[in-house]
Amino acid sequence: MADVRIAGLEKRYADHVVLSGLDLTVADGECFTLLGPSGCGKTVLLRLIAGFEAPGAGTIAIGDAMVADAVAETMIPPNERGLGMVFQDYAVWPHMNVADNVSYPLKLAEVPVPERRARTQAAVEMVGLGGLEARLPSELSGGQQQRVALARAFVSEPQLLLLDEPLNNLDANLREEMRFEIKALQKKLGVTVFYVTHDQEIALGISDRLAVMDDTGRLRQIGTPEEIYERPADAFVLSFLGVSNFLPLMKGDDGWLAGKQRVPWTGASPALDGDAACAGFRPSDVVLSRDGAGLDGRVQRASFLGSTMDYLIDVAGTPVRAALPSHECLEKGLMFAEGESCRISLADVHWFPEGQAESTR
Amino acid sequence: MTTVVPAQPRFGTAQILFGLSVAILVIVVAVPVLLIFFNAFWVNGAFNVIDVVRVLSQHETYQALLNSLILASGVTVTGTIVGTFFAWLVTRTDLPFKGTMKVLFLVPFMLPSFIGALAWKMLLSPRSGYINRMFMDVFGLDGPVFDIYTYGGIILVETMYLFPFVFIQVAGALERMDPTLEESARISGADLFTITRKITIPLVMPSILSGSLLIMLYSMAHFGTVAVLGIEVGIYNIPTLIYEKIHQSAGSFASIRTGTVLASVLVVTAAFIMWLQNKVLSRGRYQIIAGKSFRPTQLKLRGLRIPLLVFCIAYIGITIVLPTATIFMVGALKTYGLPFTVENMTLYNYKFILFDWQLTRDAIRNSVSLGFVAALITMFAGVIISYVIVKMKVRGKGILEFLGMLPFSVPGSVIALGVILAWSGKFGINIYNTVWIILVAYIARYMAFSLKANSAALEQVHDSLVEAARASGATMWQALKDIVVPLVRPGMLAAFFLIFLPALRELTVSVLLYGPTTRTIGVAIYTLNEDGETVYSAALAGIALIIIVFGESVIKRLFKVARRG
Amino acid sequence: MACIELNDVTKRFGKVTAVDRLNLSIEQGECVAMLGPSGCGKTTTLRMVAGFEDLDDGEIRVGERIISSRKARFYLPPENRNFGMVFQAFAVWPHLSVFENVAFPLRIRKLPKAEVQARTEEALKHTNLWSVADGSPDDLSGGGKQRVALARALAIRPDVMLLDEPLSSLDPHFREEMRFEIKDLQRRFHHSILYVTHDQSEAMALSDRILVMKAGVVQQVGSPLEIYGAPANRFVFEFIGLSSFLKVGLRDGKMEVGGASYDPPSPPPSNLIAAGGAWLAARPNEIAFTSEGGAACTVARKACLGEVIDYRVRVGAVEVRVQKTRHDPGPAEGEACGLIFARPRWYPLED
Repeated sequence: MADVRIAGLEKRYADHVVLSGLDLTVADGECFTLLGPSGCGKTVLLRLIAGFEAPGAGTIAIGDAMVADAVAETMIPPNERGLGMVFQDYAVWPHMNVADNVSYPLKLAEVPVPERRARTQAAVEMVGLGGLEARLPSELSGGQQQRVALARAFVSEPQLLLLDEPLNNLDANLREEMRFEIKALQKKLGVTVFYVTHDQEIALGISDRLAVMDDTGRLRQIGTPEEIYERPADAFVLSFLGVSNFLPLMKGDDGWLAGKQRVPWTGASPALDGDAACAGFRPSDVVLSRDGAGLDGRVQRASFLGSTMDYLIDVAGTPVRAALPSHECLEKGLMFAEGESCRISLADVHWFPEGQAESTR
Repeated sequence: MTTVVPAQPRFGTAQILFGLSVAILVIVVAVPVLLIFFNAFWVNGAFNVIDVVRVLSQHETYQALLNSLILASGVTVTGTIVGTFFAWLVTRTDLPFKGTMKVLFLVPFMLPSFIGALAWKMLLSPRSGYINRMFMDVFGLDGPVFDIYTYGGIILVETMYLFPFVFIQVAGALERMDPTLEESARISGADLFTITRKITIPLVMPSILSGSLLIMLYSMAHFGTVAVLGIEVGIYNIPTLIYEKIHQSAGSFASIRTGTVLASVLVVTAAFIMWLQNKVLSRGRYQIIAGKSFRPTQLKLRGLRIPLLVFCIAYIGITIVLPTATIFMVGALKTYGLPFTVENMTLYNYKFILFDWQLTRDAIRNSVSLGFVAALITMFAGVIISYVIVKMKVRGKGILEFLGMLPFSVPGSVIALGVILAWSGKFGINIYNTVWIILVAYIARYMAFSLKANSAALEQVHDSLVEAARASGATMWQALKDIVVPLVRPGMLAAFFLIFLPALRELTVSVLLYGPTTRTIGVAIYTLNEDGETVYSAALAGIALIIIVFGESVIKRLFKVARRG
Repeated sequence: MACIELNDVTKRFGKVTAVDRLNLSIEQGECVAMLGPSGCGKTTTLRMVAGFEDLDDGEIRVGERIISSRKARFYLPPENRNFGMVFQAFAVWPHLSVFENVAFPLRIRKLPKAEVQARTEEALKHTNLWSVADGSPDDLSGGGKQRVALARALAIRPDVMLLDEPLSSLDPHFREEMRFEIKDLQRRFHHSILYVTHDQSEAMALSDRILVMKAGVVQQVGSPLEIYGAPANRFVFEFIGLSSFLKVGLRDGKMEVGGASYDPPSPPPSNLIAAGGAWLAARPNEIAFTSEGGAACTVARKACLGEVIDYRVRVGAVEVRVQKTRHDPGPAEGEACGLIFARPRWYPLED
């Protein structure tokens, strides 16, 4: 087991700077997720840790070993970093059967044959593939192939497990199932996990801590799933984690005005200095009523989606998405038709400086 | 982000492999081609275009250029029509036995066209052709019904063997095409005829064009058929004239120059056709691959169903069965010209050429060993070069890709001529008239095949497969040994057979390079025929056909096994 | 007036009955979604309506007119049905410009040039494609291509639109946007729509009525609210939205769940009790935790997914899924508690 310490890391391809001045520490035994949009450089960071790329500046240490140091020109090759790795496209070797795939790292480590067999068997069973040892990957489903890749990654008891969007190519049900399995496995083995994904649901569901990276390769926030979700550091983090609404506010003569049409704002004053601000909130934070307290709104679009009602509401010229549980709407008479007027207030608001929301689009 | 190996300039493995690859391609491909241009354009050490123009304006060369153009255009037009028609028939109509028909239409690919030409000569030569004689005897005609020694005859025979280029491309495109592209036209109100005209044909047009250009490329550089059917009546195209020049004037300077000028024209034309083809493929190939698969609507042929089936069977019978049968039967005649009766036929000829006659035994041995060695060398060289091209990030890779593509556009007769120029003592090595010069030429000619097969196999080996091995603790060499090599093996095997089989029946290159003891099967068949030994020529051709068909079925089986892995 | 009517429509492929005696009528201006897992016969049904497949039994009418009939062996060819159709894989023609794609059906109908121009322009403007009219559809994104297909279908001003999984090939991101666009167009033009999908939220959001199919047999037809609120059987319940099932058994005259006795506040119908038990079906977000009473359970797994907190709860040996919103969090992992099913539905055990 080992921690990962990254300091001052920089990576560029020709003139294109992918990462720069990146500092990050992953604790020993932690399940850490790097969340970001596609093409943001998160896979590059993973490949730097794995040793498939060399940093232009900065250092990477895994446990006691300095594996990459741009100044000292240290560059330990991937095979000597003590890793397990799972790739987005599984990367299961098609010419080897399940058992051979899983036992390959042990074979390279020159583990004696009887022990190799026992450990392979244990790993294969742990991922629920017992009985399929002799199958070729082409005879397995996508989910099963990914399990082979997973077993292969942890069979040699690596100090660090690197996962690169491993669940991307699976369908929704399987993805959920595998998410639980990876988490359970991580707990059981106590291995440090570095997980890269663009899927916020996976990131929130699996991690002890996560980091949110933006399109320019900058880390916007590092924290527990709860911290990230409930206390987003900026508008980008809020908008990246699910659907978000931004309502512009401006200071008028008699207080704050909301939306493009500048109607008097009824909620608590922005927790920010200045004359303008932006209220960020999620569709589930919208409290809807027929004629209760709050701002006037008009339902532009009502979509019944089964368990939720999805409304698009015009609030002072700004479109706002609201999501309410269907049964609640039915019980409380909140089944709005399109064109009806309503009142909205907010259960939870995050305040951002004016203009920050635009930069997230 | 696709490097397999982290940049480690200290080792320089990449640079060594790169250098090696460039060296191989330069020596076997670039130098011979450059020498041709050099010889064509430099006279007495000076650049001289006027002389080139003079050579080209000689009646003989001018006529050969014109003939090449006439023949190639003719074959392209007829081959495209025949290929497109049959492709449409087996993919878009309710013709019976479509699957079988599809396989049969691909058979001409296997058969060497010069053997076919030989058979047609036996059947339709104006005086002694069996069919012509039969008509003259039965109907008392004064002259032949059809003279095969004409432009029309040559075009007809070449069409028979080259139309699959279009057929295979168009049938493939029609099969892969998303049926909803046609269904959406139907629901828009178009009937089947309109759909075929406005939607289907335009969508497969890039495939049709690309197939046509391949026919053109082949026909332009084609030696065998023209040599068998044209030389006798003075119809020369570029490759046959090169052959004539080199052979008859025993390597005189003037004839070599004429040869190199002709070869330069051929290279430039071929390169132009390749360029056009690339353009068609890269620009015009629409994304028409099916998502959800429903079978496309089939045109109901109704009353035409049986007549068209009969037509297809007759076509296959006439173009495949008839010539093949003719070869075997003539090969069994006691003397050429006798009617096909039991008492006139014997298996002695086959026994004689297989076991007793030194000339044919040499030819078979030469072809088999040449093919084997050339295939082996080319396979290994090809895998190294492909690896550099596909998997490595090395500066200057562009040169390699260009050199790798070059052989595709260099016709066999050009390679042969270039090899003569390069290996007849110019650089201190003279292997002219030995079997080695043929080997060198084969390697140059078939390198492109190997690159294609190996690149395709290597592209299947995703980088992450290698990286997964590295992350599992494998060094770069262990990853190569345990992951890359086993995965590329089917591609290498494919490369081997893609070279070995065509090499067995090769004529164009060997006919320019053979010496007294270094005949290949193709050369032996051709020269025996030239010398009037028609029966032995046919018998050897028959044996060649058996070897080829046997070889093809062996690979088919091999690939079925390999593909499952 | 019924716009399209399907009577006892049946289709067999060899021994498999792909569609079994399907009856459906679609009113003018109504949007009906056919919903079901892949291979349930929904696309086959659509293709029979379009005229690409013959029937093995039954008939299809448009208004008073028969367009497909097994008995009469009459099938109006697809090109004469005057339907608009949108395919899953777009099926836009890459060799024609966006404009020509949309104009194609009009040119086939030999409309005057000026009208072709005007109607194509109109269709392109409705689908926000006017600015790329001269471009190639290959340069457009998946959503753009599907809009071309939509415009092409609209251009002939059909009474009926057939949509075959039109959103499945799009990125999830664009799917929602296109869904709203289709809905808007339908509102504006009042087409009758037959819509095939396997995505329940798509069906819910778009259609006036949903027809749920399984293995060629219609399971339920109803409005989205009916389908969601009162699923006809266990299959429909499971296919629409997330679901949790508990087998409620009978031991010594008392009801039990997962080996422990359980007394549901609203008991299952007596005929099911008499049969020895029933499936208790509930939506994960309609299950509440309670510290006392309810069905005894322990929390096996808890995952915070942002908006929802996802629980896997063990009731005896059975795992039940429960979802809470983040505003209303429940117990921690490993805790023992009780479950209350707010709106239980009961299905026979053989379902």
